[in-house]
Amino acid sequence: MLLEDKVIWITGASRGIGRATALQCASHRASLLLSARSLEGLRETASAAVQAGSPIVEVVPMDVSDSGSIKSAFQQVHRTTKRLDVLVNNAGILRDALLGMINDAQIQEVMQTNVYGTIQLMQYAARMMMPRRNGSIVNVASIIGRTGNEGQVVYGASKAAVIGATKSAARELAPHNVRVNAVAPGVIQTDMIANIPLPKMEELRHSIKMGRLGTAEEVARVILFLASDLSVYVTGQVIGVDGGMWL
Amino acid sequence: MTFPIQLMSENEQKLRNVFCEVLQLPAEEIHAGVAYDKTKTWDSVAHMALVAAIDSAFDIMMDTDDVIDMNSYGKAKKILGKYGVHF
Repeated sequence: MLLEDKVIWITGASRGIGRATALQCASHRASLLLSARSLEGLRETASAAVQAGSPIVEVVPMDVSDSGSIKSAFQQVHRTTKRLDVLVNNAGILRDALLGMINDAQIQEVMQTNVYGTIQLMQYAARMMMPRRNGSIVNVASIIGRTGNEGQVVYGASKAAVIGATKSAARELAPHNVRVNAVAPGVIQTDMIANIPLPKMEELRHSIKMGRLGTAEEVARVILFLASDLSVYVTGQVIGVDGGMWL
Repeated sequence: MTFPIQLMSENEQKLRNVFCEVLQLPAEEIHAGVAYDKTKTWDSVAHMALVAAIDSAFDIMMDTDDVIDMNSYGKAKKILGKYGVHF
């Protein structure tokens, strides 16, 4: 069991990569704090996590686009759990638009969730991890933050920001033995890509050298590695989980 | 102004211990005027360690605005009052 006695907080845990990560961590006996906006989805994930072997699962409703909600959630966790070993910053949104068609609200919405939320969660988490001189933060970035893609200026900028924040936080927190890494998934079969038109999807599939889309479980297994002590000397890294995708 | 250790409240003692440990200062040098810009060992990295240690010692989670405002020992005591920690 790789995560026995560890307390792991996963955002965006109601579906997709977040849900798969929760189940992966549960199967390694982690205690879980699960957050998302959708309470219904969270409860379903929580129930599945208990089935998968997690000894304690707590639902912490939180909207990562709302700094007040983040603060309240951390104060609640600080009071009740009193410790945090791993934070998986997975919550994120995807909004595509070509240059010239991007409005202010769209930029604000994507940056608020993908960037502001990630940074605020990292800084609160770091405060819980530093005194114990132990912790791991795993941010979920994207291949688009590394390579870019047409129609994804805003999303790409937000995920590039997550990568920059990951590397900077890793340098700041390494002296406190808190590690910060990111995964950069390629095209993964989740609800997030459900609206991509078929021709575009075919084009994407052809750009993947392994010839298939990834699964949420495949990303979750890399997150598991970064969360666990298997990666105890790894920090500031961005691990691509993309089947050899070249955009 | 400093007080003899035995007259201090439990919270005062706790806060002094945190400052002593994180800023590596002897107990007799901890007073209201110990400040961010006047204490050699109180740099930005130590500041975050100080905040984390205070959170942990008093079982609170300070707001980010308070973290930024906390620039002296005296100010720390004042801010802690907002979280129900009295001296």
